[in-house]
Amino acid sequence: MKTSLTQTMAMEHIVIIGNGIAGSTLARHVRKLSNKRITMISAEHDNFFSRTALMYVYMGHMRFKDTEPYPKSFWADNDIALVHDKVKCIDVQHQVLSLEKGERLAYDKLVLATGSRPNELKLKGEELLGVQGLYSKQDLEYMKANTMGVEHAVIVGGGLIGVEMAEMLLSRNITVDFIVRDTHFWGSVLPQADAQFVDQHLQKHHGLTLHFSEELEEILGADVGRVKGVRTLHGQKEIQCDFVGVTIGVHPNIAVTFESDIAVNRGILVDEYLATNIPNVYAIGDCTEQKNPLPGRKAIEQVWYTGRMMGETLAQTLCGNPTKYSPGNWFNSAKFFDLEYQTYGSVQAQLQAGEEEFVFQSKNGKVLVHFVYEEQTKALIGVNAFGIRLRHEVFDHWLNQQTPITEVLTNFESAVFDPEFFTQYGAEIISVFNTEKKMNIALTPKKWWQKLIQA
Amino acid sequence: METNYSMTGDAGQYLNYWQKVGLAITGIGLFIIVLFWGNWNAQIEPAWFFLPFMITALAVGTGLYTWGSYKNAPAGIKNNGVYFNPLTNRGSLAWVSGVLLTLFYVSLYWYPSHLGLGLGANGSNLGLVALFDGLSHLFRNKDADQWFVYGTFYTLAILFLGAKFLVKYRHNRYQIIRTLVVMFSQLVFAYFLPFILEALGANDGGYYNLNPVNYYPLNYSFITPDRIDPMVAEVNQPIGMAYLVWGIIGFLILTPVVTYYLGKRWYCSWFCGCGGLAETAGDSFRHLSDKSVAAWKIERWVIHSVMVFVFIMTLAVMYTYFLNQEFALQFVVPSRGVGMLILFGWIVLGLGAFLGLYFKNKGKSRKYLLVGAAVFTFLGILMLVNYSLGKHEAFGIASYKIKEWYGFFIGAIFSGIIGVGFYPLLGNRVWCRFGCPMAGYMGIIQRFKSRFRITTNGGQCISCGNCSTYCEQGIDVRWYAQRGQNIVRASCVGCGICSAVCPRGVLKLENGPEEGRVNDNPILLGNDMPRMNPNVK
Ligand SMILES: Cc1cc2nc3c(=O)[nH]c(=O)nc-3n(C[C@H](O)[C@H](O)[C@H](O)COP(=O)(O)OP(=O)(O)OC[C@H]3O[C@@H](n4cnc5c(N)ncnc54)[C@H](O)[C@@H]3O)c2cc1C
Ligand code: SF4
Ligand code: SF4
Repeated sequence: MKTSLTQTMAMEHIVIIGNGIAGSTLARHVRKLSNKRITMISAEHDNFFSRTALMYVYMGHMRFKDTEPYPKSFWADNDIALVHDKVKCIDVQHQVLSLEKGERLAYDKLVLATGSRPNELKLKGEELLGVQGLYSKQDLEYMKANTMGVEHAVIVGGGLIGVEMAEMLLSRNITVDFIVRDTHFWGSVLPQADAQFVDQHLQKHHGLTLHFSEELEEILGADVGRVKGVRTLHGQKEIQCDFVGVTIGVHPNIAVTFESDIAVNRGILVDEYLATNIPNVYAIGDCTEQKNPLPGRKAIEQVWYTGRMMGETLAQTLCGNPTKYSPGNWFNSAKFFDLEYQTYGSVQAQLQAGEEEFVFQSKNGKVLVHFVYEEQTKALIGVNAFGIRLRHEVFDHWLNQQTPITEVLTNFESAVFDPEFFTQYGAEIISVFNTEKKMNIALTPKKWWQKLIQA
Repeated sequence: METNYSMTGDAGQYLNYWQKVGLAITGIGLFIIVLFWGNWNAQIEPAWFFLPFMITALAVGTGLYTWGSYKNAPAGIKNNGVYFNPLTNRGSLAWVSGVLLTLFYVSLYWYPSHLGLGLGANGSNLGLVALFDGLSHLFRNKDADQWFVYGTFYTLAILFLGAKFLVKYRHNRYQIIRTLVVMFSQLVFAYFLPFILEALGANDGGYYNLNPVNYYPLNYSFITPDRIDPMVAEVNQPIGMAYLVWGIIGFLILTPVVTYYLGKRWYCSWFCGCGGLAETAGDSFRHLSDKSVAAWKIERWVIHSVMVFVFIMTLAVMYTYFLNQEFALQFVVPSRGVGMLILFGWIVLGLGAFLGLYFKNKGKSRKYLLVGAAVFTFLGILMLVNYSLGKHEAFGIASYKIKEWYGFFIGAIFSGIIGVGFYPLLGNRVWCRFGCPMAGYMGIIQRFKSRFRITTNGGQCISCGNCSTYCEQGIDVRWYAQRGQNIVRASCVGCGICSAVCPRGVLKLENGPEEGRVNDNPILLGNDMPRMNPNVK
């Protein structure tokens, strides 16, 4: 376990603020690479848990403890100290932290992995009981309490957490009015065809009413200080409800830096080594903003995977192997009620100059795959897949190799990750492609996927 | 401390109209069962009415409940409220059903008269068993016995709750095909075929003993004199011999070969009756399996001990059998010496298999194969010593005793009471995970020599834990998935539920080349940084 690569730095003290995916991954990897002293602090919950699984706790699929990827003993076994407290401020001069319960903690290297905070509407009535966002474990507890006996709810914000919240509420027989600012669900990210496909799926769910191109003007309260309804901005409609979910995105949680000289913009500014402007202070995960974003990538990317990759990368740097953050091809996934979504590479809401697309929607209406490729070379740029699982390894390889769309399509079935016996769409895709693009390509017989990568 | 909603009654569980009606009608069916069971000493008439009425009530009740549960929702994973429901979260209902099921098993194995067996005039039946006389006459022309009652309940449970499973997972073709096969296998191989074999006079015995896909060592009495003699008896030919040969091929050739190609799932979640019940009636309890590392350790010890136990039992009874000059198998096995040779040959085969796997495999866990080899060597030597001393018992204990113990502890208590009676408390696969010698046997093949694995989809895992929660075998699937490692575990029965419940499309059960199957040091996809040390995960 303890490889002790650099005995000289043996007892250097690494302190990590935040035990989310970023902080926890860092701690694990530092431990694998060294026997440095590691302390991980969190105000939220003493054991790392999967934030992405909060919804399943509310819906009764899992208990909270099932969201913890490692038993609590794991950290002690790996000699990683946990502190359940909030960091009040950082003294970067003396390299000391002050914790809320009064303790002071000295560090040699400090890593900020403080995650995000939900955005606020900044509207009248937002402080009412029954109005809340969903990010933390505490939010989950509030939500359980706030939705007791509730029959109808309004959700504002048509993004990933909004749709999760809608699913959560529906699972407890609470009907939902879903207020979406764009003309389609997640319209700022998904191309129109894809967003429409998701809309159609959402509309199948009883008890969910979608309002597109709509915003809130005001949240209305009853005398008891509890929400009783909302008024929409454009429709000027009053909707009665006992709960308002505010899911209009998140922003980096930079509060801990406020009384220090650590440079921030929207997020904590880091260079390609994930270092801040202050020596020995680093930042990873949702709370960061890249000073020089990588080509084709955003400065702030608040997803699970980036947090994990930053943690892996920084562990190398802290253990004597300076390594630049290099996340490779973009990928992501989500689930909209029962519709699974995966994406590899870059598919933008609007087709970019020099790009061409091919959108396949299966005749049975269950699957949509949206390919984007270079107009000239036909090299694959990205793919969005709905209702079908695609193999990460193969698509990553194709993106790296700039594989032409024709080759991607002829080998499509070998790159599908659906369970055995699922409907195969290869032939249908090829035939639609041939018709639409006036081509004449043919499906190659399915082969073991690793052959596609070795080739 | 987390609130246990199912205990506080603060249930987030909402039953709709159809679910309530369904439950009420199912309740009527169950009430009839309890009525007949409670009045084991009485004849309740008319049985010709109550039996079809009870079965119809169960069918209609579960059907309506299913319809109510899934009618409004588009196809997809629906585990809402599993942890709020007093039946599925070890709440009050779970305890009640656990106790009732256990009582039923106790009656079944040891006090069949409490079910009404043979209590009437001239040994006719009363109570619950009498309820089934009519059906038994229809199928096999004689009065029912407790095994007929059990077999019928068992099959009905698989069919009715299998139907519910089909609706629940209607979006998943793997689940649909698998469940149809397991329902078919139960109805035809486990239920009807034995009646036909019985009618042909091939054999007589407990209901599942005649299931042609119930192979040794799950069917532990298959290689015992009590079963062999009738199988080879002249009056039972040709079916008897055919059955014997089929059983041996099934155990010795079919099982390892198919397990090599498909993993043990072909048996455990496609054909086996125990698996069939677990996957259908037990589906609502799969999340109750213990995921701790401690449970995993216990599992490995217990299941392999049962395997050794069954093996010792078989050797012991066959040793005694062959020592007896007048054994019926003589026309195939000409002499005592040849019989002994077969037994020793079997030991050597097992030993060779363990050693072969040991040398062909890499990794830490292969050391356990040496334990297997050592056990076989030990048994071989012990038997050899006893044989050369002219002892009548292979291992110094009366062989019928060993068999009795096995039947009591493993056959009844473990596979029956704990295995099924405790579904609502310990989960639906306790027997399959901790006890079944067949699963142990195939598990070794699956772990060390198979093309089956669960592949992890690059870096897509979000560590949510659905897969681990719903793995009935208590495998911490997430542990592997979040590191990008394939899941190659002896205990995986290939039910495919981890893959079904994963919200990010991370898991795929598949068969492929052995090369690269076990990836102990995976590189999690989505990070192009150069690796300083390839062993760092
Ligand atoms: C409901 C929901 C669903 C999501 N689903 C997905 C998904 O499906 N896929 C995906 O890619 N992403 C998803 N995300 C986003 C993803 O969860 C985040 O990107 C990720 O958790 C960020 O990890 P992190 O380690 O950077 O920060 P966090 O997980 O936020 O951890 C930061 C921790 O630091 C603690 N902390 C902050 N300040 C202090 C302080 N001063 N003192 C002590 N402790 C402090 C916080 O309490 C928190 O525990 C989801 C998010 C939510 C809320
Ligand atoms: S690992 Fe998956 S397929 Fe195997 S037993 Fe567990 S849930 Fe079933
Ligand atoms: S494999 Fe799927 S179900 Fe399991 S933890 Fe990862 S995302 Fe969740």
